[in-house]
Amino acid sequence: MDKNINIKLRIWRQKGPKEKGGFENYELQNVSQGSSFLEMLDILNEKLINEGKDPVVFDHDCREGICGMCSLYINGHPHGPDEDVTTCQLHMRKFNDGDTITVEPWRSAGFPVIKDLMVDRSAFDKIIQAGGYISVNTGGVPDANSIPIPKEQADMAMDAAACIGCGACVAACKNGSAMLFVSAKVSQFALLPQGRVEAARRAKNMVAKMDELGFGNCTNTGACEVECPKNISISNIARLNREFLKAKFKD
Amino acid sequence: MNKINSKIPQGPLAQKWTNYKDHQKLVNPANKRRLDIIVVGTGLAGASAAATLGEQGFNVLNFCIQDSPRRAHSIAAQGGINAAKNYPNDGDSVYRLFYDTIKGGDYRAREANVYRLAEVSNNIIDQCVAQGVPFAREYGGLLDNRSFGGAQVSRTFYARGQTGQQLLLGAYSALSRAIQKKQVKLYTRHEMLDLVIIDGRARGIITRNLVTGKLERFAAHAVVIATGGYGNTFFLSTNAMNSNASAAWQCYKKGAYFANPCMTQIHPTCIPVHGEFQSKLTLMSESLRNDGRIWVPKKKEDAQAIREGKLKANDIKEEDRDYYLERRYPAFGNLVPRDVASRAAKERCDAGYGVGPTGLAVYLDFKEAIERLGKDVVEQKYGNLFQMYEKIVDENPYETPMMIYPAIHYTMGGIWVDYELMTSIPGLFAIGEANFSDHGANRLGASALMQGLADGYFILPYTIQNYLADQIQVPRFKTDRPEFDEAEKGINERIDRLMSIKGKHSVDHIHKELGHIMWEYVGMARDAEGLKVAIEKLQQLKKDFLTNLRIPGDKDSLNVELEKALRLQDFIELGELMAHDALDRNESCGGHFRTEFQTPDGEALRNDDEYAYVSCWEYQGEDKAPVMYKEPLDYEFVVRQQRNYKS
Repeated sequence: MDKNINIKLRIWRQKGPKEKGGFENYELQNVSQGSSFLEMLDILNEKLINEGKDPVVFDHDCREGICGMCSLYINGHPHGPDEDVTTCQLHMRKFNDGDTITVEPWRSAGFPVIKDLMVDRSAFDKIIQAGGYISVNTGGVPDANSIPIPKEQADMAMDAAACIGCGACVAACKNGSAMLFVSAKVSQFALLPQGRVEAARRAKNMVAKMDELGFGNCTNTGACEVECPKNISISNIARLNREFLKAKFKD
Repeated sequence: MNKINSKIPQGPLAQKWTNYKDHQKLVNPANKRRLDIIVVGTGLAGASAAATLGEQGFNVLNFCIQDSPRRAHSIAAQGGINAAKNYPNDGDSVYRLFYDTIKGGDYRAREANVYRLAEVSNNIIDQCVAQGVPFAREYGGLLDNRSFGGAQVSRTFYARGQTGQQLLLGAYSALSRAIQKKQVKLYTRHEMLDLVIIDGRARGIITRNLVTGKLERFAAHAVVIATGGYGNTFFLSTNAMNSNASAAWQCYKKGAYFANPCMTQIHPTCIPVHGEFQSKLTLMSESLRNDGRIWVPKKKEDAQAIREGKLKANDIKEEDRDYYLERRYPAFGNLVPRDVASRAAKERCDAGYGVGPTGLAVYLDFKEAIERLGKDVVEQKYGNLFQMYEKIVDENPYETPMMIYPAIHYTMGGIWVDYELMTSIPGLFAIGEANFSDHGANRLGASALMQGLADGYFILPYTIQNYLADQIQVPRFKTDRPEFDEAEKGINERIDRLMSIKGKHSVDHIHKELGHIMWEYVGMARDAEGLKVAIEKLQQLKKDFLTNLRIPGDKDSLNVELEKALRLQDFIELGELMAHDALDRNESCGGHFRTEFQTPDGEALRNDDEYAYVSCWEYQGEDKAPVMYKEPLDYEFVVRQQRNYKS
């Protein structure tokens, strides 16, 4: 059964991208374990506002684990200690009375801090813009059932497409690599006949953009897969490498 | 004098859209380059419109409040998207999809709009497959379908329980390509705070850069609003935390009519409220009603024992369970439309049969489906939803029935638009959930995705040209014109006023109060007396807001509380308009249920003689009552009937 707990919080506060940040300590009493982690931060912010202080800034939106907007590095894990969830679906029942919880922003060269726990992830948009699509205009496309696709193939494409673009993979990686994110999009399209047409160009352009934006290289530690809230598999990285090499050999 | 001209084309229903397209004005490629279009919002409607208009050659400026276009709340739609493909060969057709949508909307939508929606539905599926959207497939490699509420055919295409995500990512990829090709310029973390009108036409917007706090000006030949619905007026809803009505509301205050504000949809299958600190409600997809059976105990003492924790759901014997939807609606059973299912749940709970600690919940049970299909099949179909449920409630739905309760989900009302999706302000368009157009008094499941993409991919990119064809001689506007100065000055004054209150309550504190008032008096069941109380309370709340609000920090930098305060101020005003509209409509229809108007067995009682119209509200100024115009809904092709889901 859920009960109420008392917790201590160590939260990263940073006024702006160029300012020096640091940890601040807070205490909260009687937090229901039935509340989500972000609802706990709402309670903290309500308290800070009532005390005339600046509330903690963090990104969040749908609060049902799908928009990818929430982030937070909690006790050393992107999206916290629970498995297969985003921070918005992490619940306080994963913590115990008296716990000290450390909350940091995503830390990566690719994601500069905007304020407190909010970071700039526009690099991900730029990578998608470099090739994360099938080049079709609206209209003039064939009937949806004109190309049969084996169910297993479609299911694997869907597994890859489930990526929510939150950036946990980059935050988890000691190299700050975005390979899991890039490989998920490359794989989704590489697995579908519609996406094969541009497969080579896509792999090359997206990888080049990723390198240009300051993300690190992949050394196969597998941390990204472990921390991914949507269970995106690193077999996608293998597929990306294959697609990338194939494309380079052709050049 | 009737001020409302819906511009519905002449001719037989099935020919209207074709005729329109055959005769509308177009803009040639060289001229398209000289025309700028602002699109506010990057959800299904906004992203698809921005991408398509960009591909066509227009110069598009696209805005969103999040850090990326992919965050828009369309992403959270779970169940699916309807289309009249008739792939399962079960008797579907464009006409049948049209008819089901009109009937599902309780005969309060425009025939011509809905028919067009059904017509283009098939193009959407083709488009999405071409974009690489991984829809569910059969072993033969062709697309799979499932059924949804309010239909007797299987016409819903889906991508697991994440259809909205996959469709939005499809539109986002098209948008990203257009950005790469410099057809669209993207502005993230920008919030529209006002519409700029020059000589009676929409010509620009003012935004607040949410990172720097700076107000910025943008001019264009046309402005498209695609900012979604106003469900967050209720504080607790299935909408995202940042979903808001402010862009639409500023358009209303600049003269765009707001249509059918009282038409709000309560979704029957949401995870019940569990405490005061709750920040939002989570939806469990309607698709679950394909295989889940809804029930409460037959005996009040059993329900009582469950509420007290003495009995569990699985302790209740089969013969002591009341599958009330199957009992009341034999023909549609658990797949009745949302408004019907929601009210039936409320009826049982109000009568004392509710379960869960609060008594405000009913069961959604998969025991039979698991026995019939096996756990694996159920997991394949609904695995992500079951996982989500377990993470939130801490109970395993494979073993114990889910608990669900209705919650605010979608708003059928919105900015009034004509057949061309243009508002009552020339040059201002509204698409997707932000407009009122296609769902009447109740939206069917899997139709929101259809409408958002229909508007964005296949309707607006045509109709907007009929307007822009006259604008090719109009040069680009400079943003140092007095109209921009004045709009910016207004925003600055508004922000300064809010910052200077320095009261004692946070934005959320006041927003929760608004939510309580709305849910209590303007929620699932309404009556004249309660609505009058609501209006009084909302006027008081408006004053409280202006005396008690506290916003920390300053206006010239990132300030989340200021963002929320501006949105809340608009929600409070919009809430009042919703109450006025609900009070005006002395009938029950779809999501609008007035307890004074019901049939002897508790179904919605429409009044077609007096209320077969769209209510179009026009703003008259602060503290002045708005004026309402009526757009009559003359049905030429369908005979209105009492909705029947029983036989």
